[in-house]
Amino acid sequence: MTTDVNEPSETPEEAAETGTLAARIALKQRAGGIVVPVMTALLAFLIGGFVVLATGHNPLLAYRDIFNGAGLNWVFHPTTNVANTAAYNLSQTLLQTTTLILCGLAVAFAFRCGMFNIGGQGQYFIGLYVANWLGYDFAGMNPVPHILLAVGAATLAGALWAGIAGFLKAAVGAHEVISTIMLNWIAIWIGEWVFGDGGPLQNAANKTVPISNDVADSAKLPVFWGQQELQGLHVGFFVALAALVVFWLILSRTTLGYEVRAVGFNPEAAAYGGINVKKNLFRAMAISGAFAGLAGALDMTGYLYHYGQSDIPVSSVGFLGIAVALLGRNTAVGTGLGAILFGALLFGTTHGLSSNVIQPELAGNLTYIIQGLVVLFVGADVLILYVWNTRRKLRPRARARTKAAAA
Amino acid sequence: MTEWAQRLENPLSSRLRDPATSGYAGLLLGAFAAFLAIPPIQTRTVTWPIVVGIVAAVLGIWTAARGRRRLGIGAVVTGVVGIGLGILATRSGVGNLNAAFNASLIAQMFAFSTPLVFGAIAGMFSERSGVVNIGLEGMMLMGAFWGVYGADKGGTWVVGLAVGAGTGALLALVYAYFAIHLRADQIVGGTAVNFLALGITGYFFFQLYHGNYVSQGVSTIPNFRIPFVADMHFLGPAIGNLNLMIWAGWALVIGSYVVVFKTPIGLRIRACGEHPRAADTVGINVYGVRYGAVVLSGILAALGGVYLSDGFGGGAFNDNMTAGRGFIALAAMIFGNWRPFGAFGAALLFGFSSALALRLQVYSASASTLFNVLPYVLTLIAVAGVIGRTVPPAADGKPYRKQ
Repeated sequence: MTTDVNEPSETPEEAAETGTLAARIALKQRAGGIVVPVMTALLAFLIGGFVVLATGHNPLLAYRDIFNGAGLNWVFHPTTNVANTAAYNLSQTLLQTTTLILCGLAVAFAFRCGMFNIGGQGQYFIGLYVANWLGYDFAGMNPVPHILLAVGAATLAGALWAGIAGFLKAAVGAHEVISTIMLNWIAIWIGEWVFGDGGPLQNAANKTVPISNDVADSAKLPVFWGQQELQGLHVGFFVALAALVVFWLILSRTTLGYEVRAVGFNPEAAAYGGINVKKNLFRAMAISGAFAGLAGALDMTGYLYHYGQSDIPVSSVGFLGIAVALLGRNTAVGTGLGAILFGALLFGTTHGLSSNVIQPELAGNLTYIIQGLVVLFVGADVLILYVWNTRRKLRPRARARTKAAAA
Repeated sequence: MTEWAQRLENPLSSRLRDPATSGYAGLLLGAFAAFLAIPPIQTRTVTWPIVVGIVAAVLGIWTAARGRRRLGIGAVVTGVVGIGLGILATRSGVGNLNAAFNASLIAQMFAFSTPLVFGAIAGMFSERSGVVNIGLEGMMLMGAFWGVYGADKGGTWVVGLAVGAGTGALLALVYAYFAIHLRADQIVGGTAVNFLALGITGYFFFQLYHGNYVSQGVSTIPNFRIPFVADMHFLGPAIGNLNLMIWAGWALVIGSYVVVFKTPIGLRIRACGEHPRAADTVGINVYGVRYGAVVLSGILAALGGVYLSDGFGGGAFNDNMTAGRGFIALAAMIFGNWRPFGAFGAALLFGFSSALALRLQVYSASASTLFNVLPYVLTLIAVAGVIGRTVPPAADGKPYRKQ
């Protein structure tokens, strides 16, 4: 352990600033409710709008197009018929949301234990590879056990992959940020290898193309909205929603969650209270990885079915998960809402975009800019504390009432 | 024996008796065992790699027996791996070996390692002052795009370097404000910087060049031809005609070593990274030093990016061009234990493994992948502390609050 270079501080704000990541996050969660994330998102969109304006496009029209491209205009004319463009776009946005919920949870869970899991992308890839392998290799099984096998094993693989970082953190104190970054790149190169020429997962039919086999029909998840051939919305969406509930249940209703959060707030105090800190660091990381691995498994069995070398550098859902979790303040509800926002941005700026106010290539990069700004603003405690303090000054009565109730 | 002779003799002999010496000798011999079987020496019998490898392993065991267990085990492993690689090399065709291992491999190693050298030194300055810089990748990417833009619009690569460095500095300044003044979490902030740079460069690449940039006519960073060396047999293709930025990178390593460890400025930077409160007490402006270090870090990382596009890439940029090199640079810095020469050595090693991976692609895709993934695996092993611990500056990543 490094020595504490900051002197003991007095106010809770100061204590949180110098404390662990989770302690700071916890402070933010007390601060300002939903106002701060909404403001953060608005500010990011505003600055993104200035970039659009400066390069000669109308930002309002561009944002309207992205809104429609994401199918969010569906709420004005709800229909389940995917021949309707808005309905189809919405189904695609929800497809992205499914992945982002799970990738967001992968970041959020580790955060609650005071760790920053930057390796969601790698864990997602590992889940993807394993699901592809088992989904193809065990063709002819009954659908239900086949899906359970492929998805279950992929989830476990994601957990193990993140578990490496958790183990290193627990055993020798290796910083999880560095180890998960390295694990990301190792996962990427594993993908280059398994799908590449002569790689174990390369398709059997054409040995010149670095693309995997399609998973067998028995391993494909049922589609409930749209058609399977047209990337319909698969039942994994409900799995992701269930994962939100599970996340909340684990953290707030189980001993495991209690211990994880205690370690997140203050590892020394947790250890003093009899909690095995090392065990919890490993467990939290593994559970995080399980969420990301599940995301990869659902994508593979839900709508991708195959994967290629060229898909690997394009994918950034694991990193989007960071923005989702941070914007959602590492809570279940927040992560769900954040995933919808970024799912809409992801699809609305690329495939869904139909008009010529702003080209999809520009809009796609606008997503990265907005994502970057969101993460930048969310990371700044002082900004959020400032907003929180302003709000507290505005409502002294409410504060007095809480104090009276506490006493 | 006179006093003089004792003075001269003792440090040397004690150094020779030190287990570390036999350990490092074992490591070197292990590498040499594999080296014997490849050009230019290229022995065709398995005897020599095996003999040298065994000597390396014996030295390793001897070292381990005298207390330096990790070093000793490292030497044993290197010896065994050296024997294995040596046998592999003697079994493969002479033609293949000559195509993979020649003088231009060395030139390529330097070319691949130069962005990493700039990035690693950039990261070192920032982290030595106490600010973690995960955003190296983004700052490098800014340099890669805006450097080519500057060279294109300004007409000369000098403008490209200036514009690239300027944009890197600008992004670093934004990051520094969040990390230092707003005391944002530095890892979160660095991640944000990477996203921002990816978005900004991608956006303007499409806006200004419609995403399909033709390199014709852009002024590129020239090579530096050493008059006589360039015509020599092995040295010529190896180092006779290298890019200017490669030489600049070497100068940077030496310069940064002098600055960080031999000057008052370096002492201040390190003080801010080890114990900012103490530095503040003796009158060092912690915020000022950290701002300076982070901005310098942005400039250097961006220069590495400019080299990538306008030197190595021949004046062409493509989307997300850095492709993780910023992270390898970060890895090189960690692997090199936050020291200039250590980082340089790691950057060379990682550059070598990238260059080798490129050449091996033709013969064996899996061997190629193995060398591509090597930097990351080695760094993972390094942070795990299997072969010696890496120790970051004590206050690295901790925001400082003025009193």
